[in-house]
Amino acid sequence: MKSEKSTGSYSTFAGSMGHSFISIFDFFLTPLQKLIGIKGIPYMFVLPNLLIFGIFILYPMLLNFVYAFTGGAAFFPDQRSFVGFRNFERIFDCQNIMMPNTCREDLFWRAVHNTIVYVIAQVILMVLIALITALVLNRNIKWRGFFRSVYFYPCLLSPIVVGLIWQWILMDSGLLNGILTSLGFARQPFLVRANWARFWVILVSVWSQMGFFMLILLAGLQSIPNDLYEAASIDGATNWKAFIGITLPLLMPTMTVVIVLALIRAVQVFEIIYAFTGGGPGTATLYLVQFIYNYGFASPNRQFGVAAAASLLMAGVLIVLTLAQLAARREEAY
Amino acid sequence: MNPILEFLTRKRGRKKLNFSDILSYTYLMLGVLIMFGPVLWLIMSSFKSSIEIARFPPRFFPYRQQTVVVEGYEEPLQLFEVTFEDGSTRELAQVRRVGIEAQMVDPQNPDEIISVNINQREPVESIYFGLENYITGVSTFNFGRFLWNSVIVTVAATLLTLLVNSMAAFGLAKYKFPGRQTIFLTMIATLMVPLSVVMVPIFLVITRVGWNNNLLGIIVPVAATPTGVFLLRQYMLTIPNELMDSARIDGASEWRIYAQIILPLAKPALAVLAIFSVMWRWNDFLWPLIVLSRSEYFTLQVGLAAFQGEHMVQWNLTLAMTVLTLLPITIVFAILQRHITTGIATTGLK
Repeated sequence: MKSEKSTGSYSTFAGSMGHSFISIFDFFLTPLQKLIGIKGIPYMFVLPNLLIFGIFILYPMLLNFVYAFTGGAAFFPDQRSFVGFRNFERIFDCQNIMMPNTCREDLFWRAVHNTIVYVIAQVILMVLIALITALVLNRNIKWRGFFRSVYFYPCLLSPIVVGLIWQWILMDSGLLNGILTSLGFARQPFLVRANWARFWVILVSVWSQMGFFMLILLAGLQSIPNDLYEAASIDGATNWKAFIGITLPLLMPTMTVVIVLALIRAVQVFEIIYAFTGGGPGTATLYLVQFIYNYGFASPNRQFGVAAAASLLMAGVLIVLTLAQLAARREEAY
Repeated sequence: MNPILEFLTRKRGRKKLNFSDILSYTYLMLGVLIMFGPVLWLIMSSFKSSIEIARFPPRFFPYRQQTVVVEGYEEPLQLFEVTFEDGSTRELAQVRRVGIEAQMVDPQNPDEIISVNINQREPVESIYFGLENYITGVSTFNFGRFLWNSVIVTVAATLLTLLVNSMAAFGLAKYKFPGRQTIFLTMIATLMVPLSVVMVPIFLVITRVGWNNNLLGIIVPVAATPTGVFLLRQYMLTIPNELMDSARIDGASEWRIYAQIILPLAKPALAVLAIFSVMWRWNDFLWPLIVLSRSEYFTLQVGLAAFQGEHMVQWNLTLAMTVLTLLPITIVFAILQRHITTGIATTGLK
């Protein structure tokens, strides 16, 4: 009965299509069920996903260890020789890790430095803007749906599109320099000067991701019961006091989730930067994932071992961040 | 108080607009400008001629010089506004230019040639949304092919994701079997590691399987998303087991229970996963870039990246192709925006 009712919402044609589809499968699968028995059924359901997952995600992750502990330029693992921790030693072969110039793998350490600065600045700026926007949208605002959609829209654009749009705006004869010139200022070498490029990479990534975090924060704000505010205003609390006393503490769990998610994404930043600055000028916006990509795919002498070792180090950082997120989610649940 | 002003500042609940409301709306409108302005600028620029696109400082609208067809001349002539010494102005068409002299004719009176110093004339322009960039661009940017590949990849990967993820989620949520916890925890653990850091080994596996330059290579490997399994499993846990038991008594097979009871009830979660999957697969860039190297297999995103590499200096063409690339997902978003924004707000993932 139940199934009849729930399939009733399909159109008749799609419904009968679905029915015959299910029946054909059922024709083969009912004998199979008899064959493998009810104990084997769950494995049958899990198997397709597990096969794809095992072959294309789990196995490569294990292979990554093989690459990290073997050397040479060969792509196939059986042609590579075991080198122990040499790839890691090579990465840490530094006089002073604060100064990439003194390191053997100076590009790796440059990427690490760039990534740390990027992560801190990007996460703080983005969470702040997302929070302010969510707070404003949580007021009694007309056209909230419209604003929400417009702010989310850049999140839908692919990295290459985002990169091209902003190259076009920031180029030497682009829109922004045009506005600066007509206001009487000098043109700025936005994508040529290292610090300008770092600045714009942060701004563009905030532009393209802010809407997503704003949506999560807005949902968190809207789940705060309204009667709390009513009770506070009866007690004579000002808006500011209500914000400090009610909004902030109740939003804290959502904030934690947002911050950790933003951190994880910031550490992984690659595609947008690849399409926007390509890591340049020089190595100014070279970040960790691009370093791994360059060493594994793009450079003429590929260093799979070093790339894999670097990715293991990075995975370590990400696992710590994700565990922090899971802990935060658990906190939120209680 | 002025009734018009009162009407304009009235808001829901009949309270008047106060200072913080004005501040809020100012902030929001400024935000709209920043968030949507760049895309609008892209669209405007994509209609500009190569002359207009090189103009600095740039103008917002795509202007183009007007031309007129004059009797006795085969090609349309460019129209200029000429200022004479006595201060009078006339619209004249330019026949040819010799050094700093331009020979011009009045379109109404084509027999008389007037010589004008080129500093005395200004082009007559009008806003014109020309499609030349799109037409020229499409001759080398195989939009139809790339769009087709992108649609195939997005649809196939999404259907496959929905099928295998929902089956796995059903198995993990509704049965107790040895190894269940291990499978679930392993999947959750891999959520932490981004695919981008294991690119080299995944590429090795793809090479071994022989899926380089094959759309299967970007459809199948990403289909078993741990996120999807997690999302669907959590949802299916809330569906009461009694429904399954009564169906079993009626003689339904386990497959029938999955397909006819659980799946229809899990529709909200499936819809959210479908939306995410479409977004992920449509915008995938790094992965297709690695797997695909022959242009007949390019998706829109990879095709656009390659196009930009070839046409570095022809920004007018690149911009037009960028507009084409963002158009499909924009249309989908315009139709489904409410579902998408609420879906993300409730599940908190992307």
